[in-house]
Amino acid sequence: MSERVLIGKVGLDGHDRGVKVVARILRDAGFEVIYTGLFQTPATIAAAAVDEDVDLVGLSMLSGAHLTLAPAVVAEMRARGCNAPVVVGGIIPEHHHQRLKDAGVAAVFTPGAPAEELVRTVRAVLAAEGA
Amino acid sequence: MTRTPRDVWREEFEASRLREADFSTMSGVPLAPVYGPADGSGDYPGQYPYTRGPYASMYRSKLWTMRMFAGFGTADDTNWRFKEIIKSGGDGLSTAFDMPTLLGLDSDDPMALGEVGRCGVAIDTLADMEDLYAGIDLAATTTSMTINSPAAAIFAMFIAQAEKAGTPRARLGGTLQNDILKEYQAQKEFVFPPRQSMRLVRDTISFTAAEMPRWHSVSISGYHIREAGSTAAEELAFTLANGFAYVELAMKAGLPIDSFAPRLSFFFNAHIDFFEEIAKYRAARRIWARWLRERYGAQLERSLQLRFHTQTAGVSLTAQQPEVNIVRTAIEALAGVLGGTQSLHTNSMDEAMALPTEKSARIALRTQQVIAYETNVAHVADPLGGSFFVEALTDEMERQAEELFAHLDELGGGSLLEGCIKGIEDNWFQGRIADSAFELERKFNNGQRVVVGVNRFKEGSDERGMELLEITNEDEARQRKRLDAVRHGRDQAAVDAALATLAAEAADPEINLMPALIDAAARYVTLGEMMNTLAGVFGRHVEVPTI
Repeated sequence: MSERVLIGKVGLDGHDRGVKVVARILRDAGFEVIYTGLFQTPATIAAAAVDEDVDLVGLSMLSGAHLTLAPAVVAEMRARGCNAPVVVGGIIPEHHHQRLKDAGVAAVFTPGAPAEELVRTVRAVLAAEGA
Repeated sequence: MTRTPRDVWREEFEASRLREADFSTMSGVPLAPVYGPADGSGDYPGQYPYTRGPYASMYRSKLWTMRMFAGFGTADDTNWRFKEIIKSGGDGLSTAFDMPTLLGLDSDDPMALGEVGRCGVAIDTLADMEDLYAGIDLAATTTSMTINSPAAAIFAMFIAQAEKAGTPRARLGGTLQNDILKEYQAQKEFVFPPRQSMRLVRDTISFTAAEMPRWHSVSISGYHIREAGSTAAEELAFTLANGFAYVELAMKAGLPIDSFAPRLSFFFNAHIDFFEEIAKYRAARRIWARWLRERYGAQLERSLQLRFHTQTAGVSLTAQQPEVNIVRTAIEALAGVLGGTQSLHTNSMDEAMALPTEKSARIALRTQQVIAYETNVAHVADPLGGSFFVEALTDEMERQAEELFAHLDELGGGSLLEGCIKGIEDNWFQGRIADSAFELERKFNNGQRVVVGVNRFKEGSDERGMELLEITNEDEARQRKRLDAVRHGRDQAAVDAALATLAAEAADPEINLMPALIDAAARYVTLGEMMNTLAGVFGRHVEVPTI
């Protein structure tokens, strides 16, 4: 059975070019991809992650609200007993990467990340969780 | 002796007011304002179908407007920035709103958390609008507002504020972006369903046609369509198709075409494929002129002349070796100028990482100034006109666009208005754009398209980054407190009455909602209250998520 990945847009950020490209890359790499659509809240993402019983959650963030919203998604998921890893992609300044990781984010992708690196990192994150 | 097209052009050129400059090359070769075949035949700027430019004299009369987009924090922060722009000789204000305002949410809405004042200025009530334009003579400057879903409500606040300060609405000049169709197709800042949103666009077009002769009611925008991943031809075709849809919308409401078409303007992207972009602008002018005259019966020259603003492509910029972005932006800006743009925003080198610092924004403006004042490229109108290559590429852009119009015309049963709305409801536009974005991404991944510093020439790409602008959350708390004070200081009975009127009038599609919105704005009704009241009647749009 292929692994299930939830890809989501949280908050008011409507930039959905990257999230759709990433969803297609992961689908082509054999993952089962569920896309939440726009304007989700940390609570709706966490609820979807539980309902869909996903193995990984990917968030796309380009409006600068990542330091507020990504940790809130992780917290909501853990509060519901969902331990799937969370990865974040988008416009994330380098000096914010560690702060996101400290808040429980497993990996951060920035613009220009090649498709194969994306797939490799997602597989590595999933493997680390499984171990 | 018969007059050649060049004779006609010359007559108009000589009647134009010209700016003072030395129109010769650096080595002293005098330059003509435009070049064409030796026998005086061919196309000239200022002549139908305007392929070579809307005006006979182009930049010999006036350089493009260097309109830089600004907005941050609270209204008084941005007011301070506006006054600086006016002091330093800027000739127009361009307002960026924050994400909650763009989506019609008040700053104390739970969904606004972390977003207040971050990507632009926060506007909740008339009080914020009063602060935003305090001490600025709105009859002496023009104001551009980049707002779409809540455009009618924000416009109402703007009018109420100006009239309270003593400037009658008829004297206000500026532009409302107000292009809702591209929100569903690309930018995705929508609130109401498409047909209900179009009613608000109709109301603003009718209102400005009747009462605000200096106002541009819609800025039909391809920029966001391209940023979302479309090709150049799709940007061209979808933008013009949306333009045709607004024309049909207003004509359906009974407005004569020449009463509103002169006040429609355009906004295009300048991407990195230099000649394709220039061909796109040339094709846009030609198509618009022909469709407005032949399909919609426009007669006024101003209705046929497509005028546009350009912004360089944010999406072409890289986080790796960001200084190289200055070069990309310069090349893109040059395409806009050679394509005959009326105004231009150049992106800053840090665009792929954050909002610009003061220094990076200054370099972006300097880029335009180098093109305008050092290179002499503005001396001659449409300098690439007549190039076998550029003419062929212009024809090809036009051919591809006409194919897409034919599809939309069929989808709408002979109406571009219906075709555009159906295309949104069926996810046709969204699917085309996502397909094109993925196709381009595939070419980046397999190296077929090179991005310097990203998939080739990567030495130096892992160097520590540059200094970036940090935005704190302090403004958010300040703005919430301010909104709370306004809510407590206003006449609540007057607010309730204004909202009841708004709801009742919204339910009758024949009524123009602008008067009710202006009345509500004057009573300090919040943006969120107006939008929620309208949503109670119109419903809310939910996009079906597709990959």
